[in-house]
Amino acid sequence: MSAGAESAPVATLRRIGAVAVFLWRIVVQIVPAFAKPRLIVAQIYNAGGRSLVIIMMSGLFVGMVLGLQGFDLLQRFGSEDALGVAAALGLLKELGPVVTALLFAGRAGTSLTSEIGLMKATDQLTAMQMMAVDPVRYVVVPRFLGGFVAMPLLNAIFCGVGLFGAQLIGVSLMGVDTGAFWSQTQGAVRLDDVVEGIIKSVAFGTACSLIAVYEGYHAAPTAEGVGLATTRTVVTCSVLILLIDYMLTAAFLTTS
Amino acid sequence: MSDLATNTPPDEAVIEVRDVRYAIGGRTIFDGLDIIARRGRITAFMGPSGTGKTTLLRLITGMAHAERGSVRVFGDEVSTMRSQELFALRRRMGMLFQNGALLTDLDVYENVAFPLRAHTKLPESLIRQLVLTKLHAVGLRGAARLMPVELSGGMARRVALARAIVMDPDILIYDEPFVGLDPISMGVICRLIKQMNEALGITSIVVSHDVQELSEIAHDSFLLSGGKVVAKGTPDELRRSDLPEVRQFMGGLADGPVTFHYPAPDYAKQLLEEAP
Ligand SMILES: Nc1ncnc2c1ncn2[C@@H]1O[C@H](COP(=O)(O)OP(=O)(O)O)[C@@H](O)[C@H]1O
Ligand SMILES: [Mg+2]
Repeated sequence: MSAGAESAPVATLRRIGAVAVFLWRIVVQIVPAFAKPRLIVAQIYNAGGRSLVIIMMSGLFVGMVLGLQGFDLLQRFGSEDALGVAAALGLLKELGPVVTALLFAGRAGTSLTSEIGLMKATDQLTAMQMMAVDPVRYVVVPRFLGGFVAMPLLNAIFCGVGLFGAQLIGVSLMGVDTGAFWSQTQGAVRLDDVVEGIIKSVAFGTACSLIAVYEGYHAAPTAEGVGLATTRTVVTCSVLILLIDYMLTAAFLTTS
Repeated sequence: MSDLATNTPPDEAVIEVRDVRYAIGGRTIFDGLDIIARRGRITAFMGPSGTGKTTLLRLITGMAHAERGSVRVFGDEVSTMRSQELFALRRRMGMLFQNGALLTDLDVYENVAFPLRAHTKLPESLIRQLVLTKLHAVGLRGAARLMPVELSGGMARRVALARAIVMDPDILIYDEPFVGLDPISMGVICRLIKQMNEALGITSIVVSHDVQELSEIAHDSFLLSGGKVVAKGTPDELRRSDLPEVRQFMGGLADGPVTFHYPAPDYAKQLLEEAP
């Protein structure tokens, strides 16, 4: 509405501020929301379950591509045995968190937004307020926490399946030695690498879940409004994921 | 629940709206609105679509705040309440939304149990008893395990009614309870509204433009138009009114003080103009 009146940077700042305020509203309701743990567990299951199949399929293919590309690259230096390390590091530090988050935004994030938006459009959120129940505590917080918890779990699954895919190509197809593949991997991957991936994944999970519930909660209460909000979720999440990824990668490189 | 309500003698105003002004999106919805709803009675708010009937309900329930004037419920000013007080007030009100607004991820039973689970620590057996009693009262005890999508419009509204009364409210608010219903469901809802009022003594607010149905159940009614009350009285009094606004609304006439045509340039002139 007021977007036409103010310039793009002002509108962006306003949106960031609104999201920050909403995050605060979520944070203060997190502890009270644990009074109904079943809601939270259901949402972890929901967010995780919705994306599980797509995450596993994508993980497998990404791993297999890594196997092919990695083998092609490494054999030029005669170090095919390092294929496991290359695949593991690529998955743990970069591809796992980023691809998982992008898929999550497209699958679970959009569902969250449209679900909350539709609840709003059909007066369910207002009805809750009328029943003296805070919809942020009852609807938003469990969904936010669901995404927050599900993302690192999905990331772990993605990396596991991906590594399996790389091994499938490298060992079964290209003839890399199984023992070398795994022992090199075990030897070269450090705890730091794993931690880096986990931190990224947690950051993406927070950002994606926050954007998804924010857009749903603030959608215009019409069919059109919910559709627009869903689109905004995908766009904003994707850009944010890549932006945060760059910042975190740079931060880890300078500190290590 | 009814501790405060008993402080107010019969016929005392439970809801009192005085000289309210309210605008949204740069448009003035109300200016100088005065409304009263008395204890134990069914009060109807009537008016053409878009007059602000739902908005008025939002003001009464504290979802929106008046710019000027006062909105009192049980004698307390709503617009100055903090959210804790508002929630306490809303626990004494039940509201039936236009389309029922049932929670789509819960079945009928859980929808009715929802306020109980949110606000009480009653044992499951007692919750079950309360829920089944209320569902029985609206004739849907057999539908307890259906999901909201499986309900017809009339059934959904009855479930919503069961949910609205499960906390034994002192006020029940119905937003357009008859819209989109077949004549039979309409009659059922009509009878239920009357029953809730007579059997439980619940002060009821019914928003509608169904003059026929309202005149059967409402004790008092207010006709809203152009941001204020244009007429009030019993539905029969309104029917006999000579005011043009009232005659147009009650008689369903296309033209009158509320014009059929949205403001537009002169017809003949516009037709003769060259297309741009
Ligand atoms: N969020 C909003 N922004 C702008 N205008 C609104 C908003 N909500 C309601 N309105 C306007 O307020 C007027 C009254 O709406 P409403 O109370 O829903 O009318 P009624 O229930 O009598 O049909 C309508 O003309 C509507 O366009
Ligand atoms: Mg309305």
